[in-house]
Amino acid sequence: MDKFTIKNMNLYYGKFHALKDVNLSMQENKITAFIGPSGCGKSTLLKSLNRMNDLVEGCKITGDIRLDNEDIYGNMDVNILRKRVGMVFQKANPFPMSVYDNIAYGPRTHGIRKKSELDEIVESSLRDAAIWDELKDRLKKSALGLSGGQQQRLCIARALAVKPEVLLMDEATSALDPISTGKIEELCLKLKDQYTIIMVTHNMQQALRIADYTAFFLLGEMIEYDKTDQIFSNPKEKKTEEYITGRFG
Amino acid sequence: MQGVFFLTAITSIAAVALICIFLFYNGVPAIAEIGFFDFVGGQQWAPTNQPPSYGIFCMIVGSIYVTAGAIIIGVPIGILTAVFLARFCPAPLYKIIKPATELLAGIPSIVYGFFGLMVVVPFIRDTFGGNGSSLLAASVVLGIMILPTIIGVSESAIRAVPEPYYEGSLALGATRERSVFRVMLPASKSGILAGVVLGIGRAIGETMAVILIAGNQVQIPTSLTEGVRTLTANIVLEMGYSTGLHRQALIATGVVLFVFILLITLSMQAIKSRSEKNG
Repeated sequence: MDKFTIKNMNLYYGKFHALKDVNLSMQENKITAFIGPSGCGKSTLLKSLNRMNDLVEGCKITGDIRLDNEDIYGNMDVNILRKRVGMVFQKANPFPMSVYDNIAYGPRTHGIRKKSELDEIVESSLRDAAIWDELKDRLKKSALGLSGGQQQRLCIARALAVKPEVLLMDEATSALDPISTGKIEELCLKLKDQYTIIMVTHNMQQALRIADYTAFFLLGEMIEYDKTDQIFSNPKEKKTEEYITGRFG
Repeated sequence: MQGVFFLTAITSIAAVALICIFLFYNGVPAIAEIGFFDFVGGQQWAPTNQPPSYGIFCMIVGSIYVTAGAIIIGVPIGILTAVFLARFCPAPLYKIIKPATELLAGIPSIVYGFFGLMVVVPFIRDTFGGNGSSLLAASVVLGIMILPTIIGVSESAIRAVPEPYYEGSLALGATRERSVFRVMLPASKSGILAGVVLGIGRAIGETMAVILIAGNQVQIPTSLTEGVRTLTANIVLEMGYSTGLHRQALIATGVVLFVFILLITLSMQAIKSRSEKNG
């Protein structure tokens, strides 16, 4: 089933035409990866899905982006959208608070006050992010004292705590060592049973390892979108082939 | 050439040292003669009586009350202004508000005193009764006087918080307001606290404006509309005609004030080093 549908979408940063006529549908409970060289617009597209681009001055979007067939740039409350579509950033950004308060921040934002309920959410979110065993004795410690990999998994747990439907991951492993990266990839494969995951990655091996579908972008255009093994073994477009065989990018 | 730099660098240290020596050399013998507890804890200030009494407890309380009043009025306004300037203010408006707050810092304190005397004191007299010159008047005017310090320091503290915190909060579905007040503001709390402490220092040392509007009665005020005398006011009001032990007791009042400022500066350093440790 299609979770996100993008139709005839164009995006401008002032005069710069950053995304050109993008058409794309992303399926529920699958991992979709956006790949392409720097500046191709893949992160921009990802940030349009939870409207984080609203923060960028001069950003204008035309066309149609729908979540469960609801126009996200229409009547939908942007805060509800962001609750439904969580995001993990390139650089881990835990708040300067305790581990517990980091996870509880989202649920508290959405009105959960009861201590027992919050305790439960904190534990289940950390378990889902496969970091409960490492952190269960450090819930009251500052999140800034964790290692980079732990911080990023904490951020995933924080995103899961508001019970989103979609998880956007913006090069979430690019700043991490191979072992932490491996843990997060494993986690994504586990999480896709419950969530729809859309990720931007510079690492083509990563896309190949975990993504069900892959979209290749170049200079603001979506060149090709297909099942991942199809894209990597038998690309239809010459540009895709050139990119994945490492001839540019 | 380095010698010149060194000389200029020790000028400020020498100044502090000289002031310390002067204050303590002249003030401490007086405290010893009056008796430490009679001086600091005595509620009777009557230097011209026979025998005279030199208790400055009322003035200590007065300084603390007036400073507390200034904090209650100035801190919320100052912090909220800083939040507005740092996170919400449209650029054209910023160009007006920011210089205005800076101008506030440049106004001489005697002008604040006049403003208090001509506007605040009559307003309090007409609204709450009493003669107007009061703890409340001093608190209001001092509250305004410490605004630029608190706004300036707090604004830079809020601006120094990394933007990814804000984005992380928005991405969880929090409103802009919640993101600012629950994430950005707590993250800048040590910087803001430093601004508040600086404001306290300014309020407790302020003299001219306070003398004009505080009433200057030696008493522990029991209501906001009663007059109050601060440590600084005590010194300025009587220094001109005092002699002998009376004069020394006024200098000793300065010692007490100096100790207050020292404590404030030390707590400021503690806040700074703590925030540096926490990164």
